[in-house]
Amino acid sequence: MGEALRRSDHDEERLSKVFAALADPTRRDIVARLTTGDHTVNELAEPYDVTVQAVSKHVKVLEDAGLVRRSREAQRRPVHLEAEVFDLMTKWIERYRRQVEERYRRLDALLDEMPDDPGDGDAAPRDTANTP
Amino acid sequence: MATTTRHETTIELDERVPLVRITREFDAPVSKVYRAHTDPDLIAQWLGPRGLETTIDQWDCRTGGSYRFVQRDDEGEYAFRGCFHELRPDELIVQTFTFEGMPDGVALEKLTFEDLGGGRTRLVTTSLVDSFEDRDAFVASGMEVGVREGYERLDELLAR
Repeated sequence: MGEALRRSDHDEERLSKVFAALADPTRRDIVARLTTGDHTVNELAEPYDVTVQAVSKHVKVLEDAGLVRRSREAQRRPVHLEAEVFDLMTKWIERYRRQVEERYRRLDALLDEMPDDPGDGDAAPRDTANTP
Repeated sequence: MATTTRHETTIELDERVPLVRITREFDAPVSKVYRAHTDPDLIAQWLGPRGLETTIDQWDCRTGGSYRFVQRDDEGEYAFRGCFHELRPDELIVQTFTFEGMPDGVALEKLTFEDLGGGRTRLVTTSLVDSFEDRDAFVASGMEVGVREGYERLDELLAR
């Protein structure tokens, strides 16, 4: 099985960075707030009971993971959310959902073929009546 | 019974705890849905992803029992195992789930079967792991097949 995994080791590492960045509740909160628009580090630090430096460190982690970027030229250097990364994550979730859905459709088909339990009342296989 | 309406799976990633919640309804009575989750011959027929052959290696489906199954494709095999922690017929299955390739990671799974009446059942499955990182990685790794293109896009994005 190593074959498939080894090939994506590098990808895994990138992905781990993103997941590690989002594993922290403060960073998740920062990201949530950035979905409404860009903010400076000072603005981001306001609601928290931590130093601006601490928030700056969180932003750096998010930046290293490619989740946010800070414009270089602007004096205020607002933090900007890389929406594309999140589109990608939404896609991952959607893919996972589809995989589960596919599995459950196989279960749907199986349930249609299964005879009813004796306890279900009618012992005749109700759902198979119309299938060849 | 020509019910053609099928139900779409919904997936929720909990904000507060590293948990995934999967909800799905079935046009079948709860006893059938429960049986399809506890009878090894039945579960082997629907569990694995398409293109992977699922073999149930061990299946001791009772409170305190354990299970192991193996999925094979051209590239290799993937083994999973866990313990049945609590089984309540037509109501509840509490079990653990581990991918043997990552033996330190254990998901605590709770399957709740709800009788909706009229021969319909709602199944809610929650998987709890011990970090958001693992939870998110678990969701991402669920897409073994299609994930590579996603990774490629992520690579491009991160390379900028």
